[in-house]
Amino acid sequence: MFHTAVSANDLWFLAQGAGWTLLITLIAMVGGTVLGVVFGVTRAVLPGWTTLPLGFLLDIFRSVPLLIQLILANSFIPILGLRATPFAVSCVVLALYTSAYCAEIVRGGVLAVPQTTRRAARSLGLTWWQDMTEIVYPMALRVMLPSWIGLTLGVMKDTALVGWIGVIELLKSSQILITRMQNEPLFILMIAGLIYFLISFPISRLGARLERRFREND
Amino acid sequence: MIEIENVEKSFGALKVLDGVSLTVNKGEVVSIIGGSGSGKSTLLMCINGLEPIQGGRILVDGTEVHARGTDLNRLRRKIGIVFQQWNAFPHLTVLENVTLAPRKVLKKSREEADAIARRQLEHVGLGDKFGSFPGKLSGGQQQRMAIARALAMAPEYMLFDEVTSALDPQLVGEVLDTMRLLAREGMTMILVTHEMGFAREVSDRVAFFKSGKIHEIGSPEQLFGNPQLPDTRAFLNSVLK
Repeated sequence: MFHTAVSANDLWFLAQGAGWTLLITLIAMVGGTVLGVVFGVTRAVLPGWTTLPLGFLLDIFRSVPLLIQLILANSFIPILGLRATPFAVSCVVLALYTSAYCAEIVRGGVLAVPQTTRRAARSLGLTWWQDMTEIVYPMALRVMLPSWIGLTLGVMKDTALVGWIGVIELLKSSQILITRMQNEPLFILMIAGLIYFLISFPISRLGARLERRFREND
Repeated sequence: MIEIENVEKSFGALKVLDGVSLTVNKGEVVSIIGGSGSGKSTLLMCINGLEPIQGGRILVDGTEVHARGTDLNRLRRKIGIVFQQWNAFPHLTVLENVTLAPRKVLKKSREEADAIARRQLEHVGLGDKFGSFPGKLSGGQQQRMAIARALAMAPEYMLFDEVTSALDPQLVGEVLDTMRLLAREGMTMILVTHEMGFAREVSDRVAFFKSGKIHEIGSPEQLFGNPQLPDTRAFLNSVLK
């Protein structure tokens, strides 16, 4: 007979961790997407050489391991005399990290809209902005959505790293339980894994549904 | 009136327009024929300011297209253009494709724009396709939709850029019928075309383009029946064989 010492209280503790995971994911995705759209559109519409510095900066965010970025940011902020909670540092670093990936997705999406289609829009008298909002955005969205959903799931799992700088998110809270209870590490990790899955699954289903809806029109 | 005066245009070192002059009066239908890469399509893009020019000038009803301070978005309202690749907006229904510009550019209400679009789509024979997405239409139907989309802006000029070149042969007729109808209604039109029979039938004047210049221009009877220059004769012989 299966027996466990994990109590309802412990599960509640894990659920609180999951709450932080969700909150950080949400903030990182909102901030990262807003910045990513700005960076991505800039990179897509301005001539290549003018955006080299921006491209270089985004390359840094993409190539340095997130854990190093988190620890460095968390250490340098007090050195610079600024005050920020580990939670705030986590949100900012993750949002910048996300924006670097999102910028590439947006750039690819905008460039995937055929130049000839955009010319047709402009020749009808639409302004640059109307072309962007009425033609480019909806057409690019179909290209970007699968990658963006993938990015969301990736960022959600990457939030596990913010436990290193002291935010008690889902993975960190499971670690705390494991240390405290000693003899049930695998069972607790399974619960944590299940919670990650329960968060991810609806997101990926939603993405698949939207994709199907788009495809019906083509 | 469209006045093209000595227009020059290059892509890098390649000169595509080399001093083109042409005046198209209200109600006139002018066809431009010539080999591929002779600059015909580029000229149409220059007329509505989609392409900059390096020399000369183009006036549409007295407004200089490439002058600093010309409101191109406003100017383009009266110049409809239809492309070889029909360029449907794939995420919008047929009706929405046609209502988009009247609503966003002319600020018409949805009801007004719908009424215009329905009329134009019926005009080009797509009265039963309002709710379809372009992806479900044949090339000929998409091209007629593109014509209706341009006409919905009530343009004073229509430019056609090889609109039948990308169509299957059996779909060419329906698009030409639509253009024939427009010509008969008195629309001012410039058409770049490879359909010699059609050019001969609907045009008031036909221009033969060669090496970025208008090589010879005249009435259809004159240009097709009795071309004056050897290059024109050679081109016509090669395409009318």
